[in-house]
Amino acid sequence: MADATTLVHSLASLASWLVPWEFEPLWGLACLAAAAVYLRGMRRHDASPGWLRPTAFLTGLVLVYAVSQTHYDYLSQYMFFPHRAQHLVLHHAAPFLIILAFPGPVLAAGMPARLPAARRAVRPLFDLLQHPCVAPLLFVGLIYFWLIPEVHFDAMLSRPLYQLMNWSMLLDGLLFWWLVLTPHGRLGPGRRILLLLVVVPPQILIGAYLTFSPTVLFDVYEVCGRAWPLSPLVDQQIGGLITWIPATMMSVIGTLIVLRQLRHGEADERRRATTGTTPGTSGHL
Amino acid sequence: MHAISLRWIVLLALLTLNGCGESDWDTKDIASLMPPLAFTLTDEQGRTVEASRYRGEINLLVFGYTHCPDVCPTTLARLGTTLKALAPEWQDEIRVLFVSVDPARDDPRRLSAYTDAFGSAIVGLTGSRERLDALTRRYRLTYGYGEADRAGDYLVSHPSGVFVFDRRGEARLLIRLDDTREAIRHDLERLLAEAG
Repeated sequence: MADATTLVHSLASLASWLVPWEFEPLWGLACLAAAAVYLRGMRRHDASPGWLRPTAFLTGLVLVYAVSQTHYDYLSQYMFFPHRAQHLVLHHAAPFLIILAFPGPVLAAGMPARLPAARRAVRPLFDLLQHPCVAPLLFVGLIYFWLIPEVHFDAMLSRPLYQLMNWSMLLDGLLFWWLVLTPHGRLGPGRRILLLLVVVPPQILIGAYLTFSPTVLFDVYEVCGRAWPLSPLVDQQIGGLITWIPATMMSVIGTLIVLRQLRHGEADERRRATTGTTPGTSGHL
Repeated sequence: MHAISLRWIVLLALLTLNGCGESDWDTKDIASLMPPLAFTLTDEQGRTVEASRYRGEINLLVFGYTHCPDVCPTTLARLGTTLKALAPEWQDEIRVLFVSVDPARDDPRRLSAYTDAFGSAIVGLTGSRERLDALTRRYRLTYGYGEADRAGDYLVSHPSGVFVFDRRGEARLLIRLDDTREAIRHDLERLLAEAG
C-alpha cells in the first residue's frame, strides 16, 4: 500500500516536472516539425543514415525541448547557473548534436515541397550570417550581449525578451555549428578549425570573469527571487564555470571532428588519385 | 529563415531604443515590462482582499517574511523613513504592501505587529500558496524555502525588488537595494505629482 502511494506520488512529481513552466507552443511545434520532416526524409532518402545520425539528431531535439518546455525552464529563470546550463544546451550541445547528424540531405528529402522563392529571398542574409568573419563574432557576441547586466535584467523580467534570447541562442548555435562542422560546405577544414579556435579565448575570458568576480554581477535573481536560498556568489561561480569549461571543450571536440573529416577526405583523394579519376574539391584551405 | 531576419530587426530596434529612449527616472522604469497590479490575498484582519481595494493610491509591492534576517527589515525601514519624509499632503496617497511568502509562520496578527513597527503606511498581506504563486508568477518572480534546522527555522528566498504601481494600478518603477534614498524620493515625488 505504501509502495503504491509512493509510486503515485513519484509519478505525480514526474508529471509536474514535464509540464512546461511557461507554455510556448513554438518550441514544441518546431521540435515536432523537425523530427517529422527528418523521419519522413529517412524513409524517402536513398542512402540510409544508419542509426547513429538519427539518434544524434533526435537527442538534440529532445534536449532543446527539455530545457525550454519542462519545469527545468523554471530553474533557468530563477537561478543563474541553471540558466547558463540552459544556454550551454541551446547554443552548444543540442545544435552540435543536430548538425553532427549531417541532417541536410535527409531533411531536404523530407520537406513537403521545395521553397525556391523563400530561399532566394533569405539568401543574402544567410550569406552574411555564414560569412567567416561574421559567424564567430555573432557566436561570441550573443553570449556577451545577453550577459550585459542591464540586458540580462530586462531579458529575465520580460517574457517576450526571454523568448527572444533563447531563440537567438538556438538559431545562432545551429548556424555556427553548421558552418564549422559540415564537410565540403562553405569553408575548407583549415578555416573551420580556425573559427572553432577563435571563439575559445573570448568564452574563457567571460567564463573566468564570472567565476572570479568578487561581486554579484546579475542582481535580477536577487530582485526577482531565487528558486531556493543559494548564496548568490556560489550561483554565479558555478554559472561562470559552465560558461567557461564545457562550452570551450565543445570547440576542442569540434576540432577533433574536423581533423577526422580531413583525414578521411585525404584518404578519399589518394584513392581517387591511384584509380586515375579527377581529384575532388576537398582539402581547399 | 524568416525568424532569423525578424530576430535581427528586433535586436536592432532594441539597440536603437536603448540609445534614444533614455528615461529620466532615477530608479528602473518597468512601465513596458510588467502587468498592472492584481491579486487576491488575506489582509492583517484575516479578510480576503483584492488589489482593486488599493486603487487610487500609489502602491509599493514588497515581498518577504517576518523571520527575514536582513533584506526585509532593511527595505521596510528605508521605505518607512522615505515615506515619512514626504510632504504631509502626500502621506495618505502612498502605501507599502508587504506580502509575506511564508504563510506557515506569518499569520495576520504576527504580520500586523511586524509592519506596525515600520510605520503606518505599511500594510501586511499574505495568502495560500496558490494565491501567492499566482501573484509571483504574474510578475515573473519566485520564492523558495531552505532546509529547516533543528529548531525548525528555515531561510526563505524571496524577491528583493520593490515594485511601484501608480494610482491607476499600472506597473511603473522597480526600486532595487542599491538605489539611493534620494533617487527613491525623487521618483516617488514625481509619481505622486502626476495626475491620478
